[in-house]
Amino acid sequence: MSEIRIQAEDFDPGAEIAALGNGKGTAGAIASFIGLVRGDNGLSAMTLDHYPGMCESEIAAHAAEARRRWPILALRIVHRVGRLTPGERIVFVGVASSHRQAAFQAAEFLMDYLKTHAPFWKLEERGAGATWVEARSADDESVKRWL
Amino acid sequence: MKLLYFAWVRQKIGISHEDLTPPASVTTVAALVDLLRRRGPGYEAAFRDVKLLRVAVNQQHTGFESPIGPDDEIAFFPPVTGG
Repeated sequence: MSEIRIQAEDFDPGAEIAALGNGKGTAGAIASFIGLVRGDNGLSAMTLDHYPGMCESEIAAHAAEARRRWPILALRIVHRVGRLTPGERIVFVGVASSHRQAAFQAAEFLMDYLKTHAPFWKLEERGAGATWVEARSADDESVKRWL
Repeated sequence: MKLLYFAWVRQKIGISHEDLTPPASVTTVAALVDLLRRRGPGYEAAFRDVKLLRVAVNQQHTGFESPIGPDDEIAFFPPVTGG
């Protein structure tokens, strides 16, 4: 089961993690990642812009690729859009598998592809100004290890 | 064709989407960019340096040499920064 959601509302990490267990006892590991708004350098808020439709299809394609690479039992990705303030949750990626290595690796793979391929953009507010975040070359380097 | 603009591309152009019927000679993304660039100062600013831009045709990442047709959805945006 893969669930992919793009939403303005917050999500409940406990509920997302609980939903990854299938109750059948086949999952031996759940790995999860939660991205938060970091309030450094005077950041007061950030607004996430996105391309509806393409975000879902791009993430779904990488979820399918993760399933080809690892024996995944369940996968959930939630990405928020709109205006968020420091400390708020942005993204959830959770993977259930029979063993921890597959769960950890698939979660990292999904986050690396999400950051470099899913059409989201961050507008950061600092003081009176707002600037669009530039893509980081470190993220491009990070994704190369999966090629 | 349907054109979509995101992030600072949308801000510079001033609109998020529009429908356009380009001349039949416009058969690639690059030719479309040349056409759009001449539509006003906002477009000129948005398309000044295409190295700063990415493009998707029918919601698939692609390159500026990609062929395009009248029924395509073409989106221009900066490199993505989600997660």
